[in-house]
Amino acid sequence: MILIHCPYCDDIRPELEFAYAGEAHIARPADPSALSDAEWEKYLFIRANPRGRHNERWRHVHGCGRFFNAVRDTVTDKFELTYKAGEPRK
Amino acid sequence: MSAHRIANACRLNGAATVNFTFDGKPYQGKAGDSLASALLANGVVLMGRSFKYHRPRGLLGAGAEEPNALVSVDRGGGRFTPNLRATAVEIHEGLDARSQNRWPSLETDFGSINDRLGRFFPAGFYNKTFMWPRSFWEKLYEPSIRRMAGLGDAPSDPDPDVYDATYAHCDVLIVGAGPAGIDAALAASASKKKVFLIDEQDELGGGALADPALWGWLAESLKDLARLPNVTLLPRTTAFGYYHDNFIGAVERLTDHLPDPGHQAREKLWRIRAGEVVLAQGAIERPLVFEGNDVPGVMLAGAARTYLHRFGVAVGSRVALMATHDSGWKDLFALARAGVGVAVIVDLRESVDPALLAEAAELGLRVELGSAVIGVSGRLAVTGIEIARADGSGRHKLACDAVLMAGGWTPSVHLWSHSLGKLEWSEEWGAYLPGKANENVRCVGACGGNWSFGSGVHVGQLPTPKNPALLKAFVDFQNDVTAKDIALAIREGMKSVEHIKRYTTNGMATDQGKTSNLNALQLASSALDRPVQAIGLTTFRPPYTPQTFGALAGHAKDALFQPTRKSPIDSWAEAQGAVFEPVAQWRRARYFPRTGEDMHAAVNRECLAVREGVGIFDASTLGKIEVVGPDAAEFLNRMYTNPWKQLEPGRCRYGLLLREDGFITDDGVSARMAPDRFHLTTTTGGAARVLNMMEDYLQTEWPDLNVWLTSTTEQYAVIALQGPKTREVIAPLVEGIDLSSDAFPHMAVREGTICGVPTRLFRVSFTGELGFEINVPAAYGLHVWKQVWEAGQAHGITPYGTETMHVLRAEKGFIIVGQDTDGTVTPYDAGLDWAVGKKKPDFVGKRSLARPDIVASGRKQLVGLLTDDPNEVLIEGAQIVADPKQAIPMTMIGHVTSSYWSATLGRSIAMALVAGGFDRMGETLHIPSASGKTHTAKVVKPMFYDAEGSRLNG
Repeated sequence: MILIHCPYCDDIRPELEFAYAGEAHIARPADPSALSDAEWEKYLFIRANPRGRHNERWRHVHGCGRFFNAVRDTVTDKFELTYKAGEPRK
Repeated sequence: MSAHRIANACRLNGAATVNFTFDGKPYQGKAGDSLASALLANGVVLMGRSFKYHRPRGLLGAGAEEPNALVSVDRGGGRFTPNLRATAVEIHEGLDARSQNRWPSLETDFGSINDRLGRFFPAGFYNKTFMWPRSFWEKLYEPSIRRMAGLGDAPSDPDPDVYDATYAHCDVLIVGAGPAGIDAALAASASKKKVFLIDEQDELGGGALADPALWGWLAESLKDLARLPNVTLLPRTTAFGYYHDNFIGAVERLTDHLPDPGHQAREKLWRIRAGEVVLAQGAIERPLVFEGNDVPGVMLAGAARTYLHRFGVAVGSRVALMATHDSGWKDLFALARAGVGVAVIVDLRESVDPALLAEAAELGLRVELGSAVIGVSGRLAVTGIEIARADGSGRHKLACDAVLMAGGWTPSVHLWSHSLGKLEWSEEWGAYLPGKANENVRCVGACGGNWSFGSGVHVGQLPTPKNPALLKAFVDFQNDVTAKDIALAIREGMKSVEHIKRYTTNGMATDQGKTSNLNALQLASSALDRPVQAIGLTTFRPPYTPQTFGALAGHAKDALFQPTRKSPIDSWAEAQGAVFEPVAQWRRARYFPRTGEDMHAAVNRECLAVREGVGIFDASTLGKIEVVGPDAAEFLNRMYTNPWKQLEPGRCRYGLLLREDGFITDDGVSARMAPDRFHLTTTTGGAARVLNMMEDYLQTEWPDLNVWLTSTTEQYAVIALQGPKTREVIAPLVEGIDLSSDAFPHMAVREGTICGVPTRLFRVSFTGELGFEINVPAAYGLHVWKQVWEAGQAHGITPYGTETMHVLRAEKGFIIVGQDTDGTVTPYDAGLDWAVGKKKPDFVGKRSLARPDIVASGRKQLVGLLTDDPNEVLIEGAQIVADPKQAIPMTMIGHVTSSYWSATLGRSIAMALVAGGFDRMGETLHIPSASGKTHTAKVVKPMFYDAEGSRLNG
């Protein structure tokens, strides 16, 4: 069971307290109606799915309840770091 | 005691006598014996039958690696455990152990006909043979294979045992209490660290238990460790898995070795988080591959030494050694010095360490170098061997009653591999050794390559002058894989070890190839003429050895398997004899049968009672979210499809929630309690999902909105009263609220008190009747329910359950998200255009409603179905076709989502998702059924009762 650092609680807690929430830094467009079908498709469905370093969202669902971002290596499953939602990509 | 016991130099000297049975026959052993050593001491060498060929099998090893001697143990009272390794079963008074996979007996097993027919069962046999005709697979092949194959029988009774579980944290966790593990524990404990030392055996010591020279050191060391308060010693504990961030799963066996377990837990699951892990798992000796290497009495040389010194058991009286490695010579010398007769030492090498030859000469042992065993005589036990020189010359036979194999050593890197540590090939070991670590872990002793067993050579198969196509030289003993099978797999095109493994099943038995993987790799390497490293390596995965389901399940079984959520009204419903059904994790009253009623009769009665009088329904499980803040209306306006900003305080609205892809994910009626406060409801099963989704948007997309979300599902009891007499029932109980239709219209909410309890009273209806939903604090729920129940007696109040609720809402065409929708249904598909705010610039999912696939024609749309025969009730989930005469497989155009008998209408009703359904009004469609009968039904609007809505506005 992975240990994850919650940047809001500033504490390392077991994976059981967290829920994965998909790739990070995919902002909802300010005006979806202005987007073409192709652009909307990209926002809705197209994900990076890298082998290696992945910026992704987690929620400390059984803790403080906050969503935050993390960098995890998809090969080794190791967390490199976590940071608060709204902070720039790391 | 018996001819096989050797009194001197044994750890069991003076141990008490223990009585046990094997296949019903009584035997005696000593306290401290394993089942394996105790049987050997009684001269029993035949302990099992092999998986595929039912060949007679004896012990190969003395430890966790044992592939052959699998037994079942019956502890009585339904406590039956199959597939235990005899080497890991401790004997105790009254132990009842049985052999497996044989009929009628271990000595005479009819299944061994497979052995004679072995040439017809080559690698990939199942894949090649049982392909056609297809229908034979289910009816003939699979049942026959299942009868013949398999190991022990699965227990038939529920497991009555209790299993414990615990979490633990330590600075240093050491797995394996051999010399290297004990040294590591002593070193770590000196620094005041919290140390755990765990070992799978009942006695700590590992390899030292088979080396009398180390017994003094061992006793002193264990005494020192036992005295230290910062050291925890856990014998009988198997570390079965190594997970992320130094999280180790281990099972401690608490009672299997006791004659009377009492009320103790049988096993305990340890979940240990360690700062540092030290793996000291040792190494496993490698068998040699030659004809007859599986005859009972052929075993690993190191195992023979363990049986001798640890248990005081001689594995034979005239023992032969087949070695390619020095360590076997030393094991045999130990046996010879203890007085065991030796037939011969055969070594494949032309020359060996002169010191070994000198010691052999001193002991008067016959030595044949540059030679190999090419055959074993005897069926149920070894009676002799045939030897030839490596070039095939000089064939001769010798009598013996045991053959020791010394093929070198394979470091136990199982847990290391679980931790995703890298492995590197070592020519010296002829095996993979730990390389770069992936966790804070190190390997010490033999499993890290830091232990000398001497030197040797590694060969896939011993040279033989015999025809290789006729050889039975086993590589994987448990799955009956021979060298021939691996050669065949390669001839048939398998080049990667992953393919060879699956084609031959080598390494896929319960021992995960502990003794076979490296030999298979060597064989593949020679056959393909490529280095071993180029063949690849299969991955060890947890569990390291088989563990019980009981230990892994722990307390999480029966009522504790998962929590059952109960509403505040639950006890009342139970007392009324309600029949319950699970809805998400809730248990909800499904219907309230009166004496003699089945569900159909009860539901009919409950439906009519609501339509004609008044019904009472527990809606407490509805998800509830309190949405508070100056931007609450703006937030809901962005989340839901319909407009919320203009909703006046005191009014309710049906909200439809889409995912961003445009499909319906939830719905519910919500009320504006104040300009900055909403009382939201969600579906029973969707409560957590909706809150998570709303938190996501609030926290990450619109953090500028000043809104707070709080789950209030369990804060309120919700009592739904539905039916024309509802108002009369509650009027005397309510204070501070004008219940008249003008003052309190449909889809409104009022605050006041009921039975003296503060309430949020909703006038809403999921039945099409006049209805109120009484929200009161959960702690008062049962009190208010009972008061309303009392007041309703004069009006014939009837409790109803979820089944009646489903029928009543279907009569009105109200959807249930997840039943009439399936995650691919848009508001337009569901006929809910009216709930979509067309003028709103944006809401979650709006853009997707303009996607090409969503606006395309021919989408499945929600319609009503009326069967031509009003007495036929369609089966929910039934497929719908336009033309019943078409050839099978037919083109299916949709399916029935809801279907009930409507007592109100005196006929059946149904809802369905049908391709292009809105344009099919009046069409007749066909619903073939499993019975062969095809039903016909007319497409109608999904509104079967009171289309104008006059009843709910009354």
